[in-house]
Amino acid sequence: MKNHDKILNDLVPLKFGKNGVIWIIFLIILIIIGTIAYIDQIIKGQVVTNMRDYALWGIYISNFVFFVATSFVGTVTVAYLRLTDNNWRTPLVRIAEIISFAAIIMAGLTIMIDMGRPDRMLNLFLHGRLQSPITWDVIIVPTYIILSFLLLYYPLLPDFAILEKYFEKKNSFLSKWYGKLAINWEDNKAQNIVQKKSIKIIVVMLIPIGILLQTIDAWLFSTTYRIGWDSTNMGAYFISGAFVAGVGALVTVVYVLRKVRKLEDYITDYHFDKLGKFLGLAILIYLYFNIQEYLLPVFTAPTQEKIHLDALLTGEYALLFWFTLIFGLIIPLFIVLFKKGRKPLPMLVVGLMVVVGSWWKRYVIVTPTLLHPFLPIEGVPESWHHYFPSMHEWLITGATLAMALLIITILVRYLPVIGIQKTINEQDLINTDKNIEL
Amino acid sequence: MAENNKNSRRKFLDNGLKLGLVAAVGGIGLTKIASKLNAQTEEAHSGEKMELMTADGTLIEVDSSEVMEAHNSKQNEGHYDVREGIPNRKFVMVIDLAKCKNALKCVDACNKYHYVTGDNAWLKVHKMQESKDTASYWMPRTCMHCDQPACVTVCPVGATFKRRDGLVLIDNERCIGCRFCMAACPYSTRVFNWSEPNQGEISMNMDGMHSSPDYAGRPSLKGTPDKCDFCPHAINEGELPHCVTACPNGVFYFGDKYEDTVTNGEVTLRLTKLLEDKAGYRLLEELGTLPSVYYLPPVDRLVDFKEGLEQYKKFKSVEK
Repeated sequence: MKNHDKILNDLVPLKFGKNGVIWIIFLIILIIIGTIAYIDQIIKGQVVTNMRDYALWGIYISNFVFFVATSFVGTVTVAYLRLTDNNWRTPLVRIAEIISFAAIIMAGLTIMIDMGRPDRMLNLFLHGRLQSPITWDVIIVPTYIILSFLLLYYPLLPDFAILEKYFEKKNSFLSKWYGKLAINWEDNKAQNIVQKKSIKIIVVMLIPIGILLQTIDAWLFSTTYRIGWDSTNMGAYFISGAFVAGVGALVTVVYVLRKVRKLEDYITDYHFDKLGKFLGLAILIYLYFNIQEYLLPVFTAPTQEKIHLDALLTGEYALLFWFTLIFGLIIPLFIVLFKKGRKPLPMLVVGLMVVVGSWWKRYVIVTPTLLHPFLPIEGVPESWHHYFPSMHEWLITGATLAMALLIITILVRYLPVIGIQKTINEQDLINTDKNIEL
Repeated sequence: MAENNKNSRRKFLDNGLKLGLVAAVGGIGLTKIASKLNAQTEEAHSGEKMELMTADGTLIEVDSSEVMEAHNSKQNEGHYDVREGIPNRKFVMVIDLAKCKNALKCVDACNKYHYVTGDNAWLKVHKMQESKDTASYWMPRTCMHCDQPACVTVCPVGATFKRRDGLVLIDNERCIGCRFCMAACPYSTRVFNWSEPNQGEISMNMDGMHSSPDYAGRPSLKGTPDKCDFCPHAINEGELPHCVTACPNGVFYFGDKYEDTVTNGEVTLRLTKLLEDKAGYRLLEELGTLPSVYYLPPVDRLVDFKEGLEQYKKFKSVEK
C-alpha cells in the first residue's frame, strides 16, 4: 500500500518551479510577438511574407505539414503499440497523447494563417466542394482533433478520480475540477468495462483515420500537376515521414519531462532503448520511401523533372536537402543502431536532430517544387525567383511552435504525465506474479 | 410468378404511356383548333399574300396575316447568368506563333483594361526555345480556359468556376485566398493580390462598383487571385478581347468553336481548317487539361526573332 502512495506522490501534477515559470513566460512572449506580426499581416496583407506568385506557399504550409506529421505520434505509439501488445508503452502513451493533441490543434490553426482571406472562413462550409482536397482536410483535421481528445480523455478518467481525492484537502478548487472531469468515475466493474471498450474502439478508429490524415496531407500536393508533387509515392512517403517526426518529438519531450519531473524510476533506460529501436525502424522505412521519391526518378526523369531533381541533389537546395537527409535521418539512425546510442542522453540528441530535420524536410518538400513550374518564370522581379521566409513569417511560425509547446506544458501541469491508475495496476500485477513465483 | 408480375407491370406502364400520349396529342389538337377559331373571329384574312422561302428553298405564298415573327433560338435561351455564361457559345482562342514579334501591345492593352498594377502581368510573352539546336520563338500565354481546369477542381469553395461557354472565371468575393488554384495551374497563369491593390483611377471611382467575375480586375481584391478572363465584358458588347484588337501582327484569333470561326479582327477563318492546315496544338496537351487556347507552331517565321529581343524584359511585365 505504501508503494501506491509513492506512485501517487511521484506522478501527481505539480506546480511550476522557477524554471517552469520562466519557460512559460518565454513562450507567452513568443506568442505575443507572433500575434502582433499576424495582426500586421492581416492589415497589410500577405505582402509582409516573402511568398509571391511563384513561391505561393511557404513555411506556413510546411509548418502545417510538420504539425500534422507530429500529430501522428498518437496513432503510432498508442494505437500500434497497444494493438501489438507492446507493454513498454505504458509510461509513454500519455505523453504521446498530449503531443498528438497539441500538434493537431496547432495544425488546424496554422493552416488558417496561410489564408489570404481568413474573414471568409465560413465559405468553406457555405460553399464547400467535396472535390477539393482542402475540403477533405477540413473534414479530417477536426475528426482527428476529436479523436485525439477522446484518446487523451478516456484513459484519464480513473486518474481524475484519484486526483480529486488527492487534492481534497490541499486544493479544493482543483479537486472540484478534477471531480467534474472524472464524470462520476467510481472504478466499479461496469465502468471499467465500458471504459476499456471505448478506448479500444477509439484506438482501432485511430489507425485508419491517422493514416487518412497523413495521406490527405500528401494529397494536397500530389493532386496537382506540379513536378516533385505529382507522385504516387506521396501518401506512403508522408505516412512514414510522420512516423519519424512523431517518434522524434516523443523522444525529446519524454526526455525533458523525465528530467523535470524526476521520473527516472518510471521511464528507465529500458524505455529509451525501446524508443531508440522504434525510431530506428521509423527512419529505415522513411529512408526507403526517400529512395523511391528521389533516387528512382534520377534514372527516368524527363527534362523538366531533371531540372527539379538537380536543384535538390546538387543545386540551389542541395544544402538543405542533404542536411535533412544526413543530419535528420542518417546520423540519428547510425546513433540508435548502437546500444550506447539508445541511452537517455544520446536519445535526446537524436530526438532533437530528428525534429529539426523533419521541420526542414517539409520546407524542402514545399518550396523547390513551386519554383520549378512548367513554363519559365518571366516578367516578375528577380526576388520572386527565390524564396526564403520573411521576418513576419518566422515570428508567426515561431509563435505557432511556442503555442504547441505551451499547450503541452499546460496539459503536463494539470494532468499526470504517466497514468497513475495504470501504473498502480501494473505494479500490482508484477507483485502478484512475484508472489505466485515465490 | 415474378415473371407474371413484371409483365403486368410493363403492360400497365405501356397503357399508361399510351393514354398519356393520346391525352397530350388531344390537348394540342384542341388548343390548335381553339386558336385557329380565335384568329378567325378576331381578324379575318387580309387577302394580302406574302412570298416566303422555306428551309429547303422553295417559294411559297402565305396570307400575310398568318405570318408571325419566329423566335431566334439564341435569343430564346433567356437571361445571362454570370456563372452559367453566354448560352450556346464556346469561346476559343488561336495564337499564331509564326507571327509574334514580341511587340507586347497585347500585354499593355491587357494591363490597361484590367487595371493590372502589380508586378506580374496576366498576359505574358514567353521567350521559348525547345532545345539548343532549334530556333527561339515568342509565345504569348493567356489563361488556357481549360475544359478540365485543374484550378476549378481544387477550389474548396467554388470561387473559381467553369462556365458553359468555356470561360474559367473567379468570384473574388467568395475566394478564401488559399492559393490552391495557383498551385494546381500547370500554366502558372494566376497572380495574387498580396497587398491592397493600388489601381489608380479605378480605386477612385470604386464607390458602388461591385467586383464581378466577368470583369476581372475591376477592382482587384486583396488576398484573392486574378487572371486572364477572356474579356467577357467585351464579348457581351460584341467586341473582341483587348489583346486581340491590340496586337499589330494579328497573332491572336478569337471565336466560337460551335460556329467554327475565329477572327483576329482582320480576317475570319474556319477554326477546324486553320488548326488542320497549320498543325495547331495546345500547350502541355499531355496533361489532359483540354485548353481552349490553340497554338499554331512558329513555322516559316515572317519576323526576325532578334527584333523582339529589344523589348524583352525578364524581370518586368507591368509598366508603372
